Amino acid sequence: MKLPVKMTINGQTYSHEVEPRLLLVHYIREVVGLTGTHIGCDTSQCGACTILMNGQAVKACTLFTVQADGAEFTTIEGMAKDGDLHPIQQGFWEKHGLQCGFCTPGMILAAYQILERYPNPTEEQIRHQLEGNLCRCTGYHNIVKAIQWAAEHMQGAAAKK
Amino acid sequence: MYPAAFEYHAPASIQETLGLLGRLGDDAKLLAGGHSLVPMMKLRLARPKHVIDLRKVPGLAGVREEGGSIVIGAMTTHWQVESSPLLCEKCPILSDTASVIGDPQVRNLGTIGGSLAHADPAADIPATAIALGAEFVCEGPKGRRTVKVDEWFQGLMQTALHEDEILVEIRFPAWPAGSGGAYMKFPHPASRFAVVGVAAMVTLDGKGACTKAGVGVTGAGTKAVRAKGVEAGIVGKTLDQATIEGAAQNAADGVDVQADLQGSVEYKQHLCRVFARRAIEAAVKRARG
Repeated sequence: MKLPVKMTINGQTYSHEVEPRLLLVHYIREVVGLTGTHIGCDTSQCGACTILMNGQAVKACTLFTVQADGAEFTTIEGMAKDGDLHPIQQGFWEKHGLQCGFCTPGMILAAYQILERYPNPTEEQIRHQLEGNLCRCTGYHNIVKAIQWAAEHMQGAAAKK
Repeated sequence: MYPAAFEYHAPASIQETLGLLGRLGDDAKLLAGGHSLVPMMKLRLARPKHVIDLRKVPGLAGVREEGGSIVIGAMTTHWQVESSPLLCEKCPILSDTASVIGDPQVRNLGTIGGSLAHADPAADIPATAIALGAEFVCEGPKGRRTVKVDEWFQGLMQTALHEDEILVEIRFPAWPAGSGGAYMKFPHPASRFAVVGVAAMVTLDGKGACTKAGVGVTGAGTKAVRAKGVEAGIVGKTLDQATIEGAAQNAADGVDVQADLQGSVEYKQHLCRVFARRAIEAAVKRARG
């Protein structure tokens, strides 16, 4: 039996009827049509499907859509505003924080949570907090640098205000 | 991956939940944070006909102090445990343990009660629950009852929780002044589950002698267990290096160590001893302040 769900994704409201077993990542990709959220391992380990649920990073492959009823989400498509990259996206650009790019949407949303919780993170904090995101290309080095770049620029922007 | 089809329920009270459990029996599974159940359902290792989501049941999440004990609601997430100012101050071993569970995304949704009721043999929090001497408050059709941690873990993913009950909260009795604890694990490099994890609590008197100890071992066997031999090796003694190392030699006694892809029985027994030593050393350091 299908159940009604309603949620906000990147500021837009979506309502659908879904089967209880439909995973959130499939809902976002196939029903809503936002394909920036990737499916990597599909076993809650790689973090390619990381999105923000009510401000917290979660793995969309490990949630049923019905559990997300009423929640608010940000996906990679919601990061840039009016054509301007988010400082974290800019950091990945500046520091070459990606190679193939498959893990990048998840990395960027995981990084968003890191900088919310630790605005001035140590390298060790960044690495520990990235444990839920796997990258098979970069060796993580430039991803860490990209997050450090974003931390500096977000702090700078906050100071200017 | 698609799990087998199921019917979804989201009750709004404990009473309603108990009603569903009574009616659906073992066709139903309770869903807390879903970070054990959902992966198992995706692999079709679990195919419940009914899933009862506890997210709308009020009063199951939160950390509070009650008569000296720390009380944690079953639906409290690992992140809430990790970041709780009360726990960081009064019971840092709990927040430390929560901080190394899975990864940040898992900790945002996974819950302490879910983990303890699921009783994965490689989960972290069971070791710390044993070390601290936790008590489990379960509610069923006949009301509430409390189960001590030494009766809780009964086998591979088996606990003392009855099919018609839900785990409401976990109580951690206060330890005396001069106590300290630590959890140390050898994490699986991909899943971060404990290949072996050891939690140790010690209380030291004014002269540095150990008056009370709790040591729990997880990961190595089919369930988390109390390392009684290690506890007996440190209680009543001054904890110098030789005493700690000697006691830690007993860390694998009573553990039904399982060989698997991660290691042989001998290797895991060795890890038990090494991580018991490290956990006790760190606990002593904390107890000394």
